[in-house]
Amino acid sequence: MDRREEAPLANGVRSESAELKWPVTSVSAPRIQKRLNLGDWMFRNLAALFALLLVCVLGSIVLVLLLESWGSIRTFGWGFLIGSKWDPVFKEFGALPFIYGTLVSSFLALLQAVPLSIGTALFLSELAPNWVRAPVSFLVELLATIPSVIYGLWGIFVLIPWARTYVGPALSTTLGFLPFFQGPNYGVSMLTASMILAVMVVPYVTSVTFEVIQAVPTAQREAALALGATKWEMLRMAVLPYGRTGIIGAVILGLGRAIGETMAVTMVIGNRADISTSLFAPGATMASVIANEFAEATYDLYVQALVEVGLVLLIITVFVNALARLLVWTVAGPQTNMRGV
Amino acid sequence: MNANYHRRRIVNVLAQGGMVACTVAVLVPLVLIFSYLLLKGFGSLNLAFFTHLPKPVGEPGGGMANAIVGTIILIALASVVGLPIGVATGVYLAEYGHGRLGWIVRFSADVLNGVPSIVIGIYAYTLLVLPMKGFSAYAGGCALAVIMLPIVARTTEEMLKLVPNSLREGALALGVPAWRTTLLVVIRTARAGIITGIMLAVARIAGETAPLLFTAFGSQFWHQGLSQPIASLPVQIYTYAISPFDDWHRQAWAGALVLLTLIFLTSLSVRLLTRGRVHTAR
Amino acid sequence: MANKLEVRHLDAWFGSTQALKDVSMSIQDGAVTAMIGPSGCGKSTLIRCLNRMHEVVPGAHASGEVLLDGDNIYAPGVDPVQVRAKVGMVFQKPNPFPTMSIFDNVIAGLRLNGARRPRAELEAIVERSLRQAALWEEVKDFLQASGVSLSGGQQQRLCIARTIAVQPEVILMDEPCSALDPIATTKIEELIHELKGQYTILIVTHSMQQAARVSDYTAFMYLGRLVEFGSTDKVFTTPAEKETEDYITGRFG
Repeated sequence: MDRREEAPLANGVRSESAELKWPVTSVSAPRIQKRLNLGDWMFRNLAALFALLLVCVLGSIVLVLLLESWGSIRTFGWGFLIGSKWDPVFKEFGALPFIYGTLVSSFLALLQAVPLSIGTALFLSELAPNWVRAPVSFLVELLATIPSVIYGLWGIFVLIPWARTYVGPALSTTLGFLPFFQGPNYGVSMLTASMILAVMVVPYVTSVTFEVIQAVPTAQREAALALGATKWEMLRMAVLPYGRTGIIGAVILGLGRAIGETMAVTMVIGNRADISTSLFAPGATMASVIANEFAEATYDLYVQALVEVGLVLLIITVFVNALARLLVWTVAGPQTNMRGV
Repeated sequence: MNANYHRRRIVNVLAQGGMVACTVAVLVPLVLIFSYLLLKGFGSLNLAFFTHLPKPVGEPGGGMANAIVGTIILIALASVVGLPIGVATGVYLAEYGHGRLGWIVRFSADVLNGVPSIVIGIYAYTLLVLPMKGFSAYAGGCALAVIMLPIVARTTEEMLKLVPNSLREGALALGVPAWRTTLLVVIRTARAGIITGIMLAVARIAGETAPLLFTAFGSQFWHQGLSQPIASLPVQIYTYAISPFDDWHRQAWAGALVLLTLIFLTSLSVRLLTRGRVHTAR
Repeated sequence: MANKLEVRHLDAWFGSTQALKDVSMSIQDGAVTAMIGPSGCGKSTLIRCLNRMHEVVPGAHASGEVLLDGDNIYAPGVDPVQVRAKVGMVFQKPNPFPTMSIFDNVIAGLRLNGARRPRAELEAIVERSLRQAALWEEVKDFLQASGVSLSGGQQQRLCIARTIAVQPEVILMDEPCSALDPIATTKIEELIHELKGQYTILIVTHSMQQAARVSDYTAFMYLGRLVEFGSTDKVFTTPAEKETEDYITGRFG
């Protein structure tokens, strides 16, 4: 549906001539018509050229990564993805620790972020009076504008000591029988990384979930209320199930965000290319290893291996984001504002 | 059934309380981060901070003047490339993008938006750092331009689509050619909105660190020309934060405070400027 | 017959616009009462006040009294949740829950009110409700199908089954047939005949013919006021007010 046909005039009245097709051809004499068409033709195609440039940039990113990592791809083949040893000294490169680190930190982050996000989205949509909703949703969106490096700075000096002194011991005493919470805890850890990722991901999941919840028709809500449901029961019975596909989409969107986060994670995860069951242990993610080692990669295969890590990261991110988009569209429509994601 | 009814009422109240608690929990980090920045950074904000270069490692004092200037230069470089392409793409999508090509461009912009910025750093590295055999402001600007592109394109498109059709029709009826209509009437009307979109994009790239780590790289000195490495505020913050020096930590907080304040102010102004113009949720 | 519902001096607003002005009427137990009137006259607003759905719209409020079996549902401290368990509603557009099966749709209201019931009891309730809604024969073999896989008329009967499964005392119907074809409409009207006596029914309709076919009493509303209320026969053949007569004879609508 053409969005322009829906755009209201300044006073809220809808435009009546939505049937106007574009572009318009003039009905004047052929000589004048030719001159008008030249200007239109040039403008339109110039704009199209620039637009095409954007597509080419995207395509060239994939191409460049592919070409730059070719040496590593040829050397290690599929073993790159399952190799668990990343040793630049002995020229052995296996990306599994980073894939593991990315997935674990992201899933843990989602585990923490999703309940909070859904709760916040429900609050904003169902409970908050208008004068509360606008400022609070603005504040939540502000969270998304904080640069990753500032999250990292705060992570190093505030979150890590706090995690080391309070959260770690608390988890050890209560859940220490699980292998996840055993072992020494120095603060820089998978756990801390997941916590900071959770904070960073919350605004995205919240705002998309909000849009999804708003898109649930009033008729569904009223059907539940008319049966004698309390507000919470109405949400649980009619709203959340109706929007569940979109909410899953919002969650996957958050996953896509978490996977690509670099600086904050690099600064709190400890940057050790190890796979460890303990969440207190340091680790590394695909993004963090590139950030850490790229500038110091001294020989070609090293650079190529890092670029290949970047390629894997790119493919996973694009796939996850596309999936998320699809799911959100099925519930809330293709014009849903995904808030700059 | 009465006991059940009372239980339902309690659950209802608890659930709603839970929603409030979630919202508070979500806002706590925002408050904490900004407070810590103020607490730890404000004291270090003095004239020297804004005007002096960093002192050698271990020596106290100095400032981040080169980083602040560097960020401005990088944003300017990025805008020279990113803005024309972004705005033109937005114009294309809004005025002519109803067909197959429009769909492809829109899809590409959305995908590009989701590409991790570190990957874009690798891209700029390969494109500019390798052939030029060194880190440079150009490479950093290029990376930031790529990040900026989809944001500017999509917000421009959105703002242009808000211009009512009757405006276009009015100009056409007067005999103004279509392309001049778009340029002089439509874009001019949407001008404020497009500018806010650009402001958002600038706020976003001002804070980007990862793509600059191996493109613009960073420096402790004034920039020596655009084909040399250049300092930037976020990279400086990062370098100082992971260093073992207390004085540098102090300055990292100060730099972060400056950066975040600018970003928050930009977001706030955009929000105030677009109130009532942009479609908001019901 | 006793008065099931008594409306006393009911006013209702949407923000600052008044939609109902000093409406008073008595609804007979077990009877079917139709509400007719031109668009915007307040008939939907009125019945939505009877199960306290009116206030669900932001900015909407009402004042006055509505007595259900003598108890004022607008008394301070009364929980709308309990009112709505006794006064059910069927909406203009059928709205079954799309993520639930037909079976689950019917017992949706029950899941709220009751403790765990054994499966056999639930199945019996589903069958009884669907039979009363004249839908059982058509869906009995695929109760696990989605609620929205049915036709419009079937969906509406499903919504009726859902409403009566919780055994309300009053059923409010807000133009239940306006989204349906004539055959589906006939089925629903037959259904209303079956249900009356057991339930007190109020039906909003913009079709006077439907009101004449289906109801025992008719209320004519105009511009937020109750203009005339009486037995259907009397209102349609010898209306007391001129406005009523004008509306019925089609001078305005």
